[in-house]
Amino acid sequence: MIITFQVNGERHELDVDADMPVLWVLRDVLGLTGTKFGCGVAACGACTVHVDGRAVRTCLLPVSAVAGTSITTIEGLDPEHAHPLQKAWVEHQVPQCGYCQSGMIMAAAALLREHPQPSDDEIDRNMTNICRCGTYQRVRLAIHTAARDAS
Amino acid sequence: MKFASSRRRFLLAGATAGGLLLGYGLFKPRDLLGTGNVFPVSGDEVALNAWLKIDNDGILTVAVPRAEMGQGVYTALPMLVAEELDIAWENVRVEQAPIASVYGNIVTLVDSSLFDTHDHGWLAGGMRWTLARSARALAVQVTGGSSSVRDAWLPMRTAGATARDMLIRAAAVRLDVAPEALSARDGMVVDSESGRSLAYGTIAAEAALLPPATQVTLRPSASYRHLGKPRPRLDIPAKTNGSAEFGIDIHDENMLFAAIRHAPVLGGQIGDVDLAAIEARSGVVKALRMDDAVVAIGKTWWHAENSLRQTQIEFIDGPYASASSASMAAACAKALDANDGFGHENKGDALAQLGAADVIRADYQVPLLAHACLEPMNCTVRIDAGGAEIWCGNQAPDILRKLAADHLGIDAENVVFHSPLLGGGFGRRAEPDAMMRALKIAATLRGQTVKLVYSREEDIQHDMYRPAVASRFAARLDANGRISAWHNHIASPSVTQAVVGRMFPSLPLGGPDKTNAEGAAFLPYDVPHRRVEHTPVPSPVPVGFWRSVGHSYNAFFSECFIDELATACATDPIEFRLRHLQERPRERQVLTLARNLSDWSAPLAENRARGVALHESYGSIVAQVAEISLVDGRIKIHRVVCVIDCGQVVNPDIVIAQMESGIVYGLTAALYGDVKVADGRIQQWNFPDYRMLSMDEMPVIQTHVVESGAAPGGAGEPGTPPIAPAVANALANLQGVRQRRLPLKSESHKLT
Repeated sequence: MIITFQVNGERHELDVDADMPVLWVLRDVLGLTGTKFGCGVAACGACTVHVDGRAVRTCLLPVSAVAGTSITTIEGLDPEHAHPLQKAWVEHQVPQCGYCQSGMIMAAAALLREHPQPSDDEIDRNMTNICRCGTYQRVRLAIHTAARDAS
Repeated sequence: MKFASSRRRFLLAGATAGGLLLGYGLFKPRDLLGTGNVFPVSGDEVALNAWLKIDNDGILTVAVPRAEMGQGVYTALPMLVAEELDIAWENVRVEQAPIASVYGNIVTLVDSSLFDTHDHGWLAGGMRWTLARSARALAVQVTGGSSSVRDAWLPMRTAGATARDMLIRAAAVRLDVAPEALSARDGMVVDSESGRSLAYGTIAAEAALLPPATQVTLRPSASYRHLGKPRPRLDIPAKTNGSAEFGIDIHDENMLFAAIRHAPVLGGQIGDVDLAAIEARSGVVKALRMDDAVVAIGKTWWHAENSLRQTQIEFIDGPYASASSASMAAACAKALDANDGFGHENKGDALAQLGAADVIRADYQVPLLAHACLEPMNCTVRIDAGGAEIWCGNQAPDILRKLAADHLGIDAENVVFHSPLLGGGFGRRAEPDAMMRALKIAATLRGQTVKLVYSREEDIQHDMYRPAVASRFAARLDANGRISAWHNHIASPSVTQAVVGRMFPSLPLGGPDKTNAEGAAFLPYDVPHRRVEHTPVPSPVPVGFWRSVGHSYNAFFSECFIDELATACATDPIEFRLRHLQERPRERQVLTLARNLSDWSAPLAENRARGVALHESYGSIVAQVAEISLVDGRIKIHRVVCVIDCGQVVNPDIVIAQMESGIVYGLTAALYGDVKVADGRIQQWNFPDYRMLSMDEMPVIQTHVVESGAAPGGAGEPGTPPIAPAVANALANLQGVRQRRLPLKSESHKLT
């Protein structure tokens, strides 16, 4: 089935199985490996991207559901890789192994769009991504810093 | 080649058996520096030894022979070299070192000694010396045992200092002055008399031609430029923009992707499976049947995985089909009742002291745990006429490469082995299983690059687990509230024997394994009569190294039991510990700081309690105080105060991050971790039933790093062991009921 959508501003017209999850289209077809596979059941959030600006977990999301949409992945979050969150992530030295951090940053970016100055409760409710290295304390700090710097 | 490999096995057999006294005089000491031709260069780079190269612009690139799995070695180890070269941090880069004997890890093997690390007598010292000599000969390039900084501390600073000396001598020739008149400062060799200077990049090529000095002076700690400073991690920028490349990210346009379904029963096999039906599915290129697994290879990983999900596979139960958590617990209990373990520590006559009345007894248990690295196990392989190319995030590249070469029947030199970033390691990525599977898969499609990825379910169901362990205590208190005798008997499968057996399949293994009793034997508490013994238990479940290994459970057992003894003599648990630490100033300082920083004596709100634990592992001493409450029937950890003395600190922010990480890892196990076995099958599948700590459960962690100036200790693991006992002790204080099994339950009335 031919499906058309945008990824990081670039238009793609792909002949792929309609039920193939977006994650695997990004990773194995388009070679955009910044978006990660963690669980395959939308539990960990490593595969989070933005679909029309909304944070979505893509490991179960069929590609047919994103026809006509605009997808942003971690590679396209900011042309200079200088999004306030990316800068705050460096400032607070958030990542350890780093595997969850693409999804973590994409989830945080969507959170800031909805709640420009999120409370700790809002961070708790929205940031449900799993980090096995336990960087949560620094993620929280970095989100607050990015919120402050963006305002 | 044959000789070398059998020698390695022989030595390792000795080392894992506790170190037979062999190796004396047989081997030359390792050349710590190696030569520049070990470290590949590109462009105008010049390698001055195996550890570093400098380009025309003065950029320093450091070879790091350990795996970056989040613990910060890609930053801490380059700091050691940059310090001695006095070079600005923004001019420092890092590269994964190739496989070469100069990069062997000596500290991990020395750590396997059965002696108390505080024993500096001739026998213990001789054993360490022998193990170090053996380690140099073995040159095993492993990342584990929180050893990276401890192992690199001398060689990498020496490499930097030796390069500095070569640069100074090269500059002396160019400037026609005596080397003594010159100094190295900020990336330049400076002649302070004339004011002339030469940047490193302009003299590196000439310096590389000079013979390295046999003795160099290391910079004194008082003038450190980088060491002890929170230099930003070199790996972080790439980890914020998707460009960091993990093993699972290896990609080329023509590669194929493999998914796997292992036989679900431990030791089970594959029965009937219709491979043609799998191959008929959309996007599938090939299906394979192995003895104990079915593999599908597709044009994307989803096509491969999806085809397996839609296929009926008949599985044949193996010898462990009746194994269960209960049968494994019963095996441990039986081993404890037999009372004939190997004595890891025998001081005085504990058993005689504990024959009478007034003995306090307790039995503890922990369950199996999976590692659950967030990056599922994976490996990419291409095999062609010339050899093989392997991409695998791993903790033991030379061992894996040797296993691959042996499997393929070729020389290791014909295996090109890449070690990309690890999306978590925790001991799991020392295992060869994913690579061995990937080799067998790629062998059926020669010339084709194939990436094998385990689904999360396969990753959790086919781990090498932290073993289930039982521990039994008996102790007596004297009239002054001091422990007069202590007996601890541990029953568990031997982890080191299991891991080494997989790494070196033809190695005959035997003898005691230090990791079984680490964190139980040689506790810092002064007790006149103490026996700590261990009995190995056969395990149907494969066991492996899990962050902090034996410490991960022995700290829970012993630090909870210490609290039980404090309660028995109605003494404050910190006071009770300090009473037994008169001769241990570092432990006293760490514990006292934790007491002060946690406001230990300040009154608490209703339904809140604190608990403490103190534990030494990998040369670092850590105390933690957890403050908890019960919220809506769940255990809520509000705050953890963590104090660590890891001796000389290389990068304090990385130490702090590792404390946070170790605490979350240990807390996840304390609250949720419970891999169960029924009918020979692992019962957990994925994060919904193997739960991880999440953001809303994250306590505030306040870490204090003690600047003791002692020899460097580890940081990656020592944060993990104390958190479970700290929380369990807090919970006992809150509920008045002692829980002696992990994971902890919030409803104490349901405990049996």
